[in-house]
Amino acid sequence: MNLRRLFSIVIKELRQLRRDRLTFAMIVGIPTMQLLVFGYAINMDIRHLDAAVLDQAQTWQSRELVATLGQTGVMDFKYRLHAPQEIDTLLREGRISAALVIPPDFERRVIEHDRAALQIVVDGSDQIVQQAARQLAALPLASLLNPTQGVQVNNVEIVNFYNPERRAPINTVPGLIGVILTMTMVLFTAMAIVRERERGNLEFLIATPVSPAELTLGKVLPFIGIGLLQVTVVLTLGVLIFKVPINGSLLDVYGAALAFIIASLSLGVFLSTLAKTQFQAMQLAMFTFLPQILLSGFMFPFAGMPWPAQWLAEIFPMTHFIRLIRGIMLRAATLRDLWHELAALAAFCVVVLTIAVLRTRKRLD
Amino acid sequence: MPNTDTKAAIVARGLTRRFGDVIAVDNLDLTVERAQVYGFLGPNGSGKSTTIRMLCGLLLPSSGDIEVLGYKIPQQAEALKRRIGYMTQKFSLYDDLTVFENLDFVAAVHELTRANARTRIAELLKVYWLENLRKQLAGTLSGGQKQRLALAAAVLHKPELLLLDEPTSAVDPQSRREFWDSLFALVDAGTTILVSTHYMDEAERCHRLAILDHGRLVADGAPRELAQALPGQALLVECDVPRGAQKALTGFPGITAMAQIGASLRVLADGGDQQRARIAAHLREAGIEAKVEPTTANLEDVFVAATRHSSSATGAPEKAK
Repeated sequence: MNLRRLFSIVIKELRQLRRDRLTFAMIVGIPTMQLLVFGYAINMDIRHLDAAVLDQAQTWQSRELVATLGQTGVMDFKYRLHAPQEIDTLLREGRISAALVIPPDFERRVIEHDRAALQIVVDGSDQIVQQAARQLAALPLASLLNPTQGVQVNNVEIVNFYNPERRAPINTVPGLIGVILTMTMVLFTAMAIVRERERGNLEFLIATPVSPAELTLGKVLPFIGIGLLQVTVVLTLGVLIFKVPINGSLLDVYGAALAFIIASLSLGVFLSTLAKTQFQAMQLAMFTFLPQILLSGFMFPFAGMPWPAQWLAEIFPMTHFIRLIRGIMLRAATLRDLWHELAALAAFCVVVLTIAVLRTRKRLD
Repeated sequence: MPNTDTKAAIVARGLTRRFGDVIAVDNLDLTVERAQVYGFLGPNGSGKSTTIRMLCGLLLPSSGDIEVLGYKIPQQAEALKRRIGYMTQKFSLYDDLTVFENLDFVAAVHELTRANARTRIAELLKVYWLENLRKQLAGTLSGGQKQRLALAAAVLHKPELLLLDEPTSAVDPQSRREFWDSLFALVDAGTTILVSTHYMDEAERCHRLAILDHGRLVADGAPRELAQALPGQALLVECDVPRGAQKALTGFPGITAMAQIGASLRVLADGGDQQRARIAAHLREAGIEAKVEPTTANLEDVFVAATRHSSSATGAPEKAK
């Protein structure tokens, strides 16, 4: 390993990057755009479901109930119906996601507790809507109807630590750092290395004393800086726009990000040994990108996945990074607390880089 | 450090390379003496590039022994790479770096100190007329300018051996002449040059020449020696209808190749005066009044004669059909 040579490769990469306007724009543009889009759009907390109400009881109590449920903000009663068949039509046409049915003998059922007093019909094609309906079903009906009695039946109180207001950006923004780094780091490295091969530069380079390790490291080092820059962009915007707290130490946040950046770069280097063209490199990067996003716990709760998916997810660097970054930013955990996630990332780097180095030969065949 | 001064620059014995079922280089024996220009002449696909790549350790030979500058290849290829310069067929420096940045990078790759790099680059920019272009992106250079830059990069670390793979394929005649002047300047300084080409005029300028065809060495020697040793004779048929004469002679026994040169027809034939007389007689029978005179064999005749046994891939014999 010759430092002068390594340094000159880094300089060369930076010079090329400076002239590659599009890539340069993507480095800052992708994090900003994704943060704004996902930060606002990804919201698992259900509010304002379009709904209809079929009140067959038409008593003051039933009207009271509809008004109370409306106030919870979960459902917007846009339609007042008169026949059960209308629910069917509205659901199928997608005009409503849920409908509340109050039977004619509603009050008797409430008092006698023999049958369900209320029915909520939901659009089962959306999992999230189903969840919301389940929440509604747990509402304490008796107390809704007789506030004076104050008897809290059925009432499970949920105490929400770390995100008391249930604001989605607080959960999404830390995870977005992972998404953005995965997208850019894996793709940029894989393509940067394959580009040399595709453009024929490699044939010249391998006829010189440059070693594969110098070449790979020299190409990868600038991206570590770029990755940390992206983390800074997301954190700054996250704090300024979405008021995401950084409860743990900022140093730990960057430490976790650095470990994840190196893991993603290793994956990129490995992919570059498989791909012959930049287009193939891009496809391979996408292939690793989707499962990481879907299974890492960023989109869906990790605990809800079947064990093969969990097992698979444990391999992905992003799974461990999501745990690290959420732990540090939201629960004020330290890297020491989460050392096993860090160890998993390190193991990933070692395995993937070893395979990559074994596959790299300084020859054309 | 192997003792290199007394031996030939390149010695290869039984060099063979297969790609699947295709034999790209077939049992090649090669000796390249020091401080001369050694040419590889051959049509596309004759194995020139593959041979050059094997000689600098970029490709593994399927079998055979190679010794370059005293190093066993491929075992000692890494040590060799410090002492050779390799210019690829396709421009392989960075299009998105300037002339200076490219040379600066290559200097660092070859471990020149910063101070040495600065003086050496200044020297090269002057020698290869690149001073005014030092801040221009390599991708925007003309073919000839790119070639000069690539040569400057290949000789930056003053290699003892320079391997050039069709260096002038995208260059105009004026630039080609200048390029060859540069090569001879390097040879004067003691550099050995192995250059592949498919231009006859370039091949003629080499000290020594190997003609490759379908991966086999079909001729090896100084260009003039090769022309003198040509079996058979070169004839010039002068008549009013050279195309008609060519048609009449097609398939005539003992004719290797024909090519129309302006208003005359150049014929490569076996035998001596008898054969010449037979050809003249045959043309007369066909109603063509022609003068058939012997002429000096040139390198193209050598090339055609050497590659005639496997005609399909070669350019020259096709002209004659």
